[in-house]
Amino acid sequence: MNANLPELIVIIPLIGAFLITLAATVHGKLCFPLAAAILTGALVSAVGLLGRVLAEGVVEYHLAGWRPPWGIGYRVDPLNGLVLVVVAAVALINLLGTRPLVEKDFGDRLGPFYTLYVLFVTGLMGIVVTGDAFNLYVLLEIAAITGYALIGMGNPQRAPLAGLNYIFMGTIGASLYLLGVGYIYLVTGTLNMMDIAARLPALAGSRLVMTAFIFCIAGLCLKMGFFPLHAWLPNAYSHAPAAVSSLIAPLMTKVMVYVMIRIMLTVFDPGFTFGTMGVSRGMVWLAVAAILGGSILALGTRHLKRMLTYIIVAEVGYMVGGFWLGNRAGISGAALHIVNDAAMTLCVFLAAGTFFYKIGGESIDDLQGLFRKMPVSMAAFAVGGLSIIGVPPTCGFFSKWYLISGGLAAGQYAFVGALLFSSLVNLALFFRIFEIAFFEPFQEHHGAHGAPAGTARQEAPLQMLVPLVLTALGLVALGLYSGDMVSRLIEHAIPAGIV
Amino acid sequence: MYDIVSVKPLVAVLISLLAVPAIVASRSPNLREAWTFLAAALKFAVVASMLPAVWRGAEIGCTVARVLPGVEIAFRVDAFGLMFALVASFLWIVTSAYSIGYMRGLNEHGQTRYFSFFAVSLSATVGVAFSANLFTLYLFYEMLSLATYPLVTHHQDQEARSSGRKYLLYTVGSSIGLVLPAMLVIYLLTGTLDFASRGILAGTTGSRTLVGVLLFMFVFGFAKAAVMPLHSWLPAAMVAPTPVSALLHAVAVVKVGVFSIVRTITGIFGTDVLSSLSLGEPVLYTAAVTILAGSFVALSQDNLKRMLAFSTIAQLSYIILGAALLTPKGVTGGMAHIAMHAFGKITLFFCAGAIFVATGKKNISEMAGIGRRMPVTMTAFFLGALSIIGMPPCGGFLSKWYLVQGSLQAGQMPILVVLLFSSLLNAAYFMPIVYRAFFCPPEQAAFAERLGEAPLFCVAPLVITALISVGLLFYPQPFFRLAMMAAQKVIGM
Repeated sequence: MNANLPELIVIIPLIGAFLITLAATVHGKLCFPLAAAILTGALVSAVGLLGRVLAEGVVEYHLAGWRPPWGIGYRVDPLNGLVLVVVAAVALINLLGTRPLVEKDFGDRLGPFYTLYVLFVTGLMGIVVTGDAFNLYVLLEIAAITGYALIGMGNPQRAPLAGLNYIFMGTIGASLYLLGVGYIYLVTGTLNMMDIAARLPALAGSRLVMTAFIFCIAGLCLKMGFFPLHAWLPNAYSHAPAAVSSLIAPLMTKVMVYVMIRIMLTVFDPGFTFGTMGVSRGMVWLAVAAILGGSILALGTRHLKRMLTYIIVAEVGYMVGGFWLGNRAGISGAALHIVNDAAMTLCVFLAAGTFFYKIGGESIDDLQGLFRKMPVSMAAFAVGGLSIIGVPPTCGFFSKWYLISGGLAAGQYAFVGALLFSSLVNLALFFRIFEIAFFEPFQEHHGAHGAPAGTARQEAPLQMLVPLVLTALGLVALGLYSGDMVSRLIEHAIPAGIV
Repeated sequence: MYDIVSVKPLVAVLISLLAVPAIVASRSPNLREAWTFLAAALKFAVVASMLPAVWRGAEIGCTVARVLPGVEIAFRVDAFGLMFALVASFLWIVTSAYSIGYMRGLNEHGQTRYFSFFAVSLSATVGVAFSANLFTLYLFYEMLSLATYPLVTHHQDQEARSSGRKYLLYTVGSSIGLVLPAMLVIYLLTGTLDFASRGILAGTTGSRTLVGVLLFMFVFGFAKAAVMPLHSWLPAAMVAPTPVSALLHAVAVVKVGVFSIVRTITGIFGTDVLSSLSLGEPVLYTAAVTILAGSFVALSQDNLKRMLAFSTIAQLSYIILGAALLTPKGVTGGMAHIAMHAFGKITLFFCAGAIFVATGKKNISEMAGIGRRMPVTMTAFFLGALSIIGMPPCGGFLSKWYLVQGSLQAGQMPILVVLLFSSLLNAAYFMPIVYRAFFCPPEQAAFAERLGEAPLFCVAPLVITALISVGLLFYPQPFFRLAMMAAQKVIGM
């Protein structure tokens, strides 16, 4: 059982997804418990796998016993072990926390919804765990196609178009990546990442390899919504059903950032990535543009989910910029931020879903008086906001700490400035919402003791609140353990040559 | 690494935080306030219980979590931190009593929220006082900014909203924009953020420009200290209920600002480094400008609380000035002024609040003859004012005396002149109020006969703090001795 953990992580949800479809034909009510059981299984396997990696070092697994370069190999090191746990945990928490929303919106389509949900998670888990460049493309498509479908189930006026746009852009991105992999296959004759890595140094200076590199980066940047290739993202996330945006928003971009780190560090050599190609400085500048652009665009909208999505655009800039700083602090910051940003994005999107469930509005102006009406949800949202602003001891502060020290060490002061600017903009963004929820509607302040009529407490159901509050508490816990996470997991995944 | 390893500092920080659930869950207001009193008394007891060890020169500490390489969330109680924590936790007890009188007297809304965030603010204040390193200090500093926001904006009206915005922009904006990057640069230069008695920058290769820029990033970045030009949040924050202004904007929040600056000057930069680079003077003159300008503006205010706010702005810079003198007496005077000013200024704010509760008046021009209606309050006001001016028989005299001696030690004659002139200005804005309160002709008095003192819960606290202000001249311990010990540690004698 333990030996097959890397495989189980993908097989459990893959088979489970079909079981959900079958179960739906019996009774729709069966889908949710089944999906919860499947994702719990995936989470348990992911945690077990991470424990094994910590105990034994890198775990290699050959599907069906076929040895590379013929078969598909899975490879788990401390970093992707960690990302696997994040993906599984976010998927499970979101599943538990959005049940009332899903039943409200898709009461008649529970089977398809949960099947797609679990398949999407399967795709992401596979992307993270695989050690095969082409297999990664296949899984990318699985995640993408299920993602389109999930997004398309949203607001009938807007969501299908947003989904279509996402299909076009996503397909272009995946195709670019595939082209890159094709070129690499042409020169190396293999698709296994470790094999490629072993053969590439001999081809130093090959224009084909350089072209492949450029295609891979371009494809991944498009898939992760790296500014200015982010245009598909705001519509896709803001028109998606609430239960879907709180799944996709924390995971999709972060997994793509992980893939970038993986390809750039383990398929291509760090010396090649940061040295020969000479794109580092340009990528950091693009990241500065992403951070500034995302922050400013976020200021310009009053649609809650759209605002949060623009914050993601800026956050992707954090991670990409941190990685391309090319030093240990920067890459640690980028990797740590994958975890932290997934958690805090989940927190604010879950809260947005909760507000939507209770009040039905999606604009920040609909949140009036919510500190009184929904104090618990609002408090959890506030913790998420503070983490995104970067207030210690929430986790957002610590990744920012690494990113800024990386920027200072690399002498990239524009990046440092952009990070500080974005923190200040986030402060404005969230306190704009807190103000609305705290000050409006205007109330007589010398009134009678107790709440005036019409502002009595109306909290969301407990099954939504518990996952939300746990996520908010998790942000503080992640912050306190960030030192451990870097020294015990992330440090080991960064090649020794990088200082 | 600590003389005595103990969780007492952590307990002292957490007590008030743990009281919050109890405060929120309380069914009756009396029970709720009982929790506040219990937490306040326990907190003070725990803080005070560390006095004997610190008095002997020991340092008490503990490490909570290691969050970054070489950076921990850790507490270390030394003389300076303990002095500040004693002041803050003692005054919380007094202020809680006053809050009951004030909030119930005015039938304010949202009292549960008010008492909850008050407790959180005190946790953060003591956290700053006990921080063993700059990171922990920053953590609690930010926590304090956020926890006081709902208190500043308590009235939830348009004025509170815009003041709250200003408050956040200044305090959080400057800490993210200035303190955070400066802290990171220090970390990259030295690999640590732990406060050391003679600083951690000694021996690093920083040019005068770099050190100077970093120094000012802290002096302005800790905007809670209200050094001009980053001062205008403080008058704006006066929209808060008066107990908040009294404890937070005369004692806890603003003193956290100056405490952080003094801590950074002594524990991070080190007095030796600053003297050898002669970087004390720029800070000295920045503080001097704030002292004079703050006093001048205070002269022109009619709203009593706003006047007190500008007076506070000026007085806070005394403390920074003391540290920037970089002489033993100067540092002692500056540190001791944290305690001396606290008791005087909180008395004045309590008086302002008591007048508002009893009469509804906020403006000085409407307070003629009030001394006959509220003799106790106005006598306390007189004593508090004397302490701020720095005249016997009040404790403020002592710290000013040391500051004057410190500027002589440093050979800074202009600063001596500033200090003396500022005392004159203080007298010029306080004494007319007292004079008109007691000696204005009866026909000009603005009050009818039937008005009396504010409720007992309002009056008793201000009597207590006024008496302590007087007592501090004759028996300034433990505060003065702690300040001297702290100064001795950071600069020698």
